[in-house]
Amino acid sequence: MGRIRTIARRTFLIGSATIVGGVAFGYYMYQRPSANPLLTDLGEGEAAITPYVKIDADGITLITPRADKGQGAYSIQAALIAEELDVELDQVNVDPGPPSPAYYNTALSEEGAPFMSTDEGFMAESIRAVMDVPMKFLGMQVTGGSTTVPDGYEKLRIAGAVARETLKSAAASKLGIDPDQLKTANATVIAPDGTELSYVELAPLAAAIDPVTNISLRDPKQWRMLCRPMQRIDIVPKSTGALKYGIDYEVDGMVHATVKLNPRQGGAINGFDASAAEKMRGVKAIVPITGGVGVVADNTWRAIQAANAIEFDWGEAPYPAEMDGHWQTLSESFIEDRLESRQRDDGDVETALQGADVIEAEYRVPYLAHAPLEPISAIVKVTDTRVDIWTGTQIPRFTQNSVAAMTGLDAEAVHIHVLMMGGSFGHRLEDEVVKQTVEIAMAMKGTPVKVTYSREEDFAHDFPRQIAMARGRGAARDGQVDSYDLSIAMPSVIASQMGRQNFSVPGPDSQIVAGAWDQPFAIPNYRTTGYRAPELAPISSWRSVGASSNGFFHDCFLDELVHAAGADPLEERIRLCWHEPSRKVLEAVGEMSGWGSDLGPNRGRGVAFCMSFGVSCAEVIEVTNTDAGIKIDKVYVAAEVGKVMDPVNFDNLVKGGVVFGLGHAMNCQITYSDGMAEQTNYHDYEGMRLYQCPQIEVRGLENGSKIRGIGEPPVPPAAPALANAIFAATGQRIRELPLNKHIDFV
Amino acid sequence: MQIMVNGTTHEVDVEEDMPLLWVLRDELGITGPKYGCGIAQCGACTVHVDGVAVRSCQLAAGDVDGEVTTIEGLGTPDALHAVQEAWIEHQVAQCGYCQSGQIMAAASFLETNPEPTDDDIDRAMSANLCRCGTYPRIREAVRSAATKLMEA
Repeated sequence: MGRIRTIARRTFLIGSATIVGGVAFGYYMYQRPSANPLLTDLGEGEAAITPYVKIDADGITLITPRADKGQGAYSIQAALIAEELDVELDQVNVDPGPPSPAYYNTALSEEGAPFMSTDEGFMAESIRAVMDVPMKFLGMQVTGGSTTVPDGYEKLRIAGAVARETLKSAAASKLGIDPDQLKTANATVIAPDGTELSYVELAPLAAAIDPVTNISLRDPKQWRMLCRPMQRIDIVPKSTGALKYGIDYEVDGMVHATVKLNPRQGGAINGFDASAAEKMRGVKAIVPITGGVGVVADNTWRAIQAANAIEFDWGEAPYPAEMDGHWQTLSESFIEDRLESRQRDDGDVETALQGADVIEAEYRVPYLAHAPLEPISAIVKVTDTRVDIWTGTQIPRFTQNSVAAMTGLDAEAVHIHVLMMGGSFGHRLEDEVVKQTVEIAMAMKGTPVKVTYSREEDFAHDFPRQIAMARGRGAARDGQVDSYDLSIAMPSVIASQMGRQNFSVPGPDSQIVAGAWDQPFAIPNYRTTGYRAPELAPISSWRSVGASSNGFFHDCFLDELVHAAGADPLEERIRLCWHEPSRKVLEAVGEMSGWGSDLGPNRGRGVAFCMSFGVSCAEVIEVTNTDAGIKIDKVYVAAEVGKVMDPVNFDNLVKGGVVFGLGHAMNCQITYSDGMAEQTNYHDYEGMRLYQCPQIEVRGLENGSKIRGIGEPPVPPAAPALANAIFAATGQRIRELPLNKHIDFV
Repeated sequence: MQIMVNGTTHEVDVEEDMPLLWVLRDELGITGPKYGCGIAQCGACTVHVDGVAVRSCQLAAGDVDGEVTTIEGLGTPDALHAVQEAWIEHQVAQCGYCQSGQIMAAASFLETNPEPTDDDIDRAMSANLCRCGTYPRIREAVRSAATKLMEA
């Protein structure tokens, strides 16, 4: 601690970090910030002004701790800092930084609080704030939950402003004038007489003074970068093949490896015969690891070929071998003993349904793979004193602690270098590949080992999206939806995912009912109940998590009741919606789509709404029922995000979310047979291809009071909007995904 | 065996049946072509052999009978190919992992069909998978690149 204090004072970190930590939270126990992780590796003449800005002789580095898996996180985080720091994005380097508690994600825990996103009352805000405290303790440096922008919106601008004002103060001392007379632009402090001092030359002076913490953030009206179209910092490297992803990375002396694990996930390895593989060209070692083997060679292809030549005796799966067993488990989970939560119970559903014309329905959604296009990989070098890990990850702090425990080293000796990711969709919230690579690297100390999964191995060990089932009962009265009772059963994603990190999350799993219980509708008799099914196949967070299944259940069943009432699907949703920003979202898609106009023969339109991660999102889909099957013609999307920080990236992410939601709803499932995932590659798990992609029209609304992320919220309404449109066009109500089990698409 | 990539001839000592993709990536350190599926389903590994788009994961090293061009050889940040210019202008990429293959497929397609209809574009570009869902921008960028190439 003494050392950190000394260094911190010299490099004026504490004050600025106090601003970052203290102002954001203001809890008396937490006023001391987490130590600035940039201090330990600082060289002579370098200054780390806040945990987010580092300046040395080579230039200015902005630290963007939320990982970039394609969503443009590095660009937006850099822009938030640069806006206040007065630098241009082509003047800075961007680095994800080391794992550190200074970079914990405060916005992520908010979604775990038992309040609706629309509830901004005192109690809800207080509990959300308290939830930050354990999050800070745990140091959860996690990228997820569409939180990068909400989490960084103030923090990163404050970091930029503190750094700017401190540099101005250093310049003022040097020039002997008042800081208020100085201006800043293009990484330079400018005096009234035109004298220019670059940030780089001021850095050593700035490091010697107390940071300026008395700052105020600029009015958004003054912004020059944010909320305007900006060129993503990675767009040129990504269009020229220059960008190195994790799978492309090389380290001197590195060997190539792959793994083969029991395809019955979590099952034992009873034995294996590698005699043929050992003799194959380029094979260097075959290393038994937990649940399988690692094959080390001088080339990835040779490693994969050799792995495929090994004969294995695999143990049984720790879950039902066939799908019937999975569905039966869910079906039997709608019982008192398994009741997890009943966070909404308005009116009196039981009484209201007595004597009513009751509509009953059962819905199902399958397991789904994340299957980002870049197969997972990691490079690990283990020595007696330190471990270096190069990989694309969303959970560097968890990985650091796990690897420290595996190797017996202190966490500080485990160095994680976060690399660019070719997609994730939640896949890189898992770090099994790193642990496996560490096991192999521990057997080859001093040699960097790169493990690359084959696509088949990636599918077999994807940790898919939850399987889930819902049962609805409801009734209409006098042309309106009057009672709505939805019960959902699924295994706990959070328990499965966090269990792999040896971590248990207290309380009910809010994801079991997320996207269902928290919808802003005022139905007179309205109840949602979550049941926690026993663990089945291991599962993980998949883009939009609980809402990915529950958005489909909740909205499609609402659609059934609206039709039973004989009401207009859009008008009835608007009538039922009490939350004004959400109502405006519904009105916007109505206006965009020309709702109510005649579409012509064999056509239909459906609407769906889901609020997830605090974002109200509505989609209208138009389809044609052709002789060859359903054609999706057009999709209209409106979403409420508080502020659209980058209009181009917003448009791209929303369209991508719609494609992701529709492609999986139409075409995808993971099924188990003999305990193994039956889908092994993209030929039987395509998602959407370009020929099926509809025209998509996007509108971002800015009526809400909070800044929200858009990575996930467009996904949940896509499946129900399509199913509702198919019903409108054909009269066929499909209650199970993927839809192509029941209807063809062209 | 000898293999010519982006104008340079390389001597490589590999099995005849090693896919070109892995020769490029692991033997020559040319990582623009990506490994996505290994079975010609995703197109991330697309390169040109004598100007024609091929799946390098399916082409055995021993069967390479022409000059190989990868995304690195198509254009550079200082001298972009028209398709790359369009990809940047429309900010197509999200994760970007498929985009090397998309760009190589589009460049080859526009060579053979310089004035494509929207249906032509849909058909040609459907062979390449994008998990992020950048398809609307891919369509726009291909149309825009076609116009650029016609004007050039």
